[in-house]
Amino acid sequence: MSTTTERVKATLGKRYAREKRFRFYGLASIALSILFLVILLADIIGKGYPAFTSTYIKLDVQLDAQTLGVSADSTPEQLRTANYNTVVQNSLNTLIPGVTERKEKKALKSLVSGDAQYELQRRVMDDPTLIGTNQSVWVLADDDIDTYYKGNIDRTLPEGDRRIKDFQLTWLDKLEADGRIESQFNTIFFTRGDSREPEEAGILSALIGSFYTLLVTLSLSFPIGVAAALYLEEFAPKNNFWVDLIEVNINNLAAVPSIVFGLLGLAVFIQLFGVPRSAPLVGGLVLTLMTLPTIIIAARAALRAVPPSIREGALGIGASKTQTVFQNVLPLAMPGILTGTIIGMAQALGETAPLLMIGMIAFIMDVPSSVTSPSTVLPVQIYLWSDSPERAFTERTSAAIMVLLAFLVSMNLLAVILRKRFERRW
Amino acid sequence: MTEATIDMTTTAVLKANTATSGGREEFAHTISGTIGKPYLDGKDAKFFCRGVNVFYAGEKQAIFDVNMDIGRNEVISMIGPSGCGKSTFLRCLNRMNDTIAGCRVTGDIKLDGEDIHDKEQDPVLLRARVGMVFQKPNPFPKSIYDNVAYGPRLHGLASNRAELDDIVEQSLTKAGLFKEVKDRLQAPGTGLSGGQQQRLCIARTIAVSPEVILMDEPTSALDPIATATIEELIDELRASFTICIVTHSMQQAARISQRTAYFHMGYLVELNDTKTVFTNPQHQLTENYITGRFG
Amino acid sequence: MSTLGILLTLMLLAAFSYYIGRKRSLALATPAKRDGNDLHSLPSYYGYLVVVWAVIPALLVFALWSTLETPLLTSNMRSHLPAEYQDKSADELSLTTNRVLNLARDPAQLATADPIFKAAAEDYLQMQSMSQTIKTILVLALAIAGVFIGLRHVKPKTRARNQVERVVQFIMIGCASIAILTTVGIVFSVLIESYRFFGQVPATEFLFGTHWSPQTALRADQAGSSGSFGAVPLFVGTLLISAIALLIAVPLGLMSAIYLSEYAGPKLRAYAKPAMEILAGIPTVVYGFFAALTVAPFIRTLGEAMGLSVASESALAAGLVMGIMIIPFMSSLSDDVINAVPQSMRDGSYGMGATKSETIKQVILPAALPGIVGAFLLAASRAIGETMIVVMAAGLAANMTINPLEAVTTVTVQIVTLLTGDQEFDSAKTLAAFALGLSLFIVTLILNVVALHIVRKYREQYD
Repeated sequence: MSTTTERVKATLGKRYAREKRFRFYGLASIALSILFLVILLADIIGKGYPAFTSTYIKLDVQLDAQTLGVSADSTPEQLRTANYNTVVQNSLNTLIPGVTERKEKKALKSLVSGDAQYELQRRVMDDPTLIGTNQSVWVLADDDIDTYYKGNIDRTLPEGDRRIKDFQLTWLDKLEADGRIESQFNTIFFTRGDSREPEEAGILSALIGSFYTLLVTLSLSFPIGVAAALYLEEFAPKNNFWVDLIEVNINNLAAVPSIVFGLLGLAVFIQLFGVPRSAPLVGGLVLTLMTLPTIIIAARAALRAVPPSIREGALGIGASKTQTVFQNVLPLAMPGILTGTIIGMAQALGETAPLLMIGMIAFIMDVPSSVTSPSTVLPVQIYLWSDSPERAFTERTSAAIMVLLAFLVSMNLLAVILRKRFERRW
Repeated sequence: MTEATIDMTTTAVLKANTATSGGREEFAHTISGTIGKPYLDGKDAKFFCRGVNVFYAGEKQAIFDVNMDIGRNEVISMIGPSGCGKSTFLRCLNRMNDTIAGCRVTGDIKLDGEDIHDKEQDPVLLRARVGMVFQKPNPFPKSIYDNVAYGPRLHGLASNRAELDDIVEQSLTKAGLFKEVKDRLQAPGTGLSGGQQQRLCIARTIAVSPEVILMDEPTSALDPIATATIEELIDELRASFTICIVTHSMQQAARISQRTAYFHMGYLVELNDTKTVFTNPQHQLTENYITGRFG
Repeated sequence: MSTLGILLTLMLLAAFSYYIGRKRSLALATPAKRDGNDLHSLPSYYGYLVVVWAVIPALLVFALWSTLETPLLTSNMRSHLPAEYQDKSADELSLTTNRVLNLARDPAQLATADPIFKAAAEDYLQMQSMSQTIKTILVLALAIAGVFIGLRHVKPKTRARNQVERVVQFIMIGCASIAILTTVGIVFSVLIESYRFFGQVPATEFLFGTHWSPQTALRADQAGSSGSFGAVPLFVGTLLISAIALLIAVPLGLMSAIYLSEYAGPKLRAYAKPAMEILAGIPTVVYGFFAALTVAPFIRTLGEAMGLSVASESALAAGLVMGIMIIPFMSSLSDDVINAVPQSMRDGSYGMGATKSETIKQVILPAALPGIVGAFLLAASRAIGETMIVVMAAGLAANMTINPLEAVTTVTVQIVTLLTGDQEFDSAKTLAAFALGLSLFIVTLILNVVALHIVRKYREQYD
């Protein structure tokens, strides 16, 4: 046996130990990254899923005309401003009789959400014949009550440390014993806009705002991105100063911090051109500039993947360059371009920072009606809610994140399916 | 030792494999065992290979039942049309095929009487004993000195700097490169010419003092002058090493080797003294190949 | 007619002109010369030619008018304000302008407004509707005229295809040039506002001052002296958080990439890679929420259990979460770079009897070093420019410290803070945001350019 063999053998143990260690570091890195992902998702879902239900309290209300101050043939305006507040108050007084102290009276009123009287208002306005009848109505409970029923207020704590006091607990126990407390699916979360009261806050206006913003982004960035990619990939002269400049710019813009685009939007679109602040239009314009590099880069890759033989074939039978590109190359590259566009849109949907700069951070209760009405978008809504200290808002923030992630996952899945379905081997 | 996928190589091999699979059946019946003198006396054989089969992922067989011995201090060349399995067989000898995912080698391969697939055998040690030079010169992105010192450092072959300097100088000298590079040992190895790079790779391999050197078409990327230099070098190296060389050039095989093996479609068709193979081939396929009817 | 109405009308007109253009060309070509067709181009190209004539000039005028409309109307309104408002300082004047514009947008406020402003706002609204009318008439007239001119060009000898293709090319060049325009727009917006900022606050104070408190306005008329603008604490804070993030992301990302490309079997890769991509696709606002509500309290509790004092908005929490966010970015960039190292290099090393980790450490990583440096720079640029995580999880207090357990603030946090909420546009406070934006843009630009250059050179080397 040669000396080489002996010397190599002597080192082997140490070397394999090092090998094992290195391998372990690699595996640990991946495990750690995935662990972070799992913790993040578990944390969000754990915090967010209770938001999909709300606690309701059953009230027996007497809609008598005198208390309301209306009659069956009042105008809608009169019906709208009728005194539903007292009706709610009365029904609560009947449920929990004998409350006299000022503080406790106030607490009794706030068992139910401020939405309770509007619930009655909606019912009466829908059907004025309800006036004069007695009704059993499930009304939304206050967010503190909701939080309590979701198990986030510990009744064994000393009274001073919790938001629900002992006398309120006695009431709640009584109501629960009467079967007057129930948890229902939280439709409000999906059908209303923002609100100061967490139990009444919903994501609809933010969703519609996101929709309008993405609509503007898509309708601008897709045609512009495809045209730019076509030019750069198919028509642009090689080694031309301007073309090189465009390429350098595109690659750089892809890495410019998003907040800088917000500054651009503020200074150019809003200050210089007078596009209305806080509107999906200006948000869409800013996001267009941000997603263009993504779309252009993806579209160019898709165009490059179309083999030259296709072009040569079309040119060979006498098609012009433009005809070849538009009729033969572009359709073949389309799945790839669409995939890139969807991914760009997903990025735009999750973008927050630049939109803060252009005022899409407003408190929006109403569902925006057009691309120029003030609105906010889902990620910004998440940002706004995350600042509120109430437990119920934390819950809703997490739920809104779940909705946002659901949209992003579906968009990415769509992109993957598209790629798989139209994948072509040349 | 299982090692990760190396996609490029796998695909290349698979492609080659598909290309040949169509014709395999029609030739199979003409090949019945290896013609010539595949076996040596026990004590002369450095490598002892019996019933070697190689399968790639998807159970595509690349090598069929190859039996041969490789002698001490001989230069044996392996020739055959592309995709015939000569490189694959070469890579069995130092278990380089382990690095390709899904590649499986069966049969007996013994180096000095020890089974190289034995559990006790270590691929690291095996590769230190059986060095390899590749088709394309592949110096590491390091200085010339560090390229040559790479193996000795890995394996702990030098106990101090002076010893290492010595190994580097001797290896470069043996590879016929020392005179050309002695003033720029710290220059990057990638800066050398193609022929010099390949000699650097040979020096790198020698530096570990292997017993066998496998060469996979070492001159195919080089110009004729560089090729001639390498061929001379191989002839000199024969004194201290066993050399197996895969080549696509029949002239090269004729010039430098003592024995020549002709592979066809994964079979070892003929193995004989080089002179016999080229002047008096025994098998029709060998004759067709060396007379240029295909390949 | 509203903007949408004009655009819809133009679209209808385009469809119509395509139809008649094509029809006209067919009428010219048939029936006598059905086989010896003497049209230069296909009939559809004549249709497109008419569309081009009808739509392009009209659209150009429309776009130009729409962009210039508001600035011109505003300056017109401003010049009609009573003299006592005109004479005030530029800041005051712009404040007044904004007030009038807000009135014009909100009819409810308009009814109860100060008569002078009310008059100005009504005047503005009147001018605006006049402008809209003129614009509608002009654009539609141009479009209709275009149809006629286009139709006159429908002749057999007209090289319709070449002309249409030329127009298409110009449109494509225009679209591609938007990239340049965007960069110019960014530079223009941050430079101009920064220039105005440096007119009020000396650049040396901004770059070397160590005290940052822009919120403390002394007197309303002292725009320039409101607070102090020494940005060094922000730079230090940004660097601290980015450094923590990179300290986590670079080793984890690099090792993950190495494991995935060199060790992992196809099965692990099939699951781990998409998981990494999910991590990359999570919006930053989600990371911010996670950092602020979960990680920061956790670190605080942990630190206090160990007897350390930890700020509730510690740099460590923001940096840690930012690091997690950058892991997949670093990993996918490194993966590309490692895969670009040629297989022959690995073979050479294995052939010498190197183990896998020896090959990686001594051959692959040195060979991939330039690419990895490039990836590192891009990750750094990403960390420096990241906004939402720090806005939500880092503090506002401009502490100058390198203690990761204390709260620091960053450049991006301050930009957001200075520009959100109600603010008048020309105060030093607002302009400071643009100066910060300028420094952010310059630093990330340099990092990106250098990184992209290194990576390109690296790729060329092995291509």
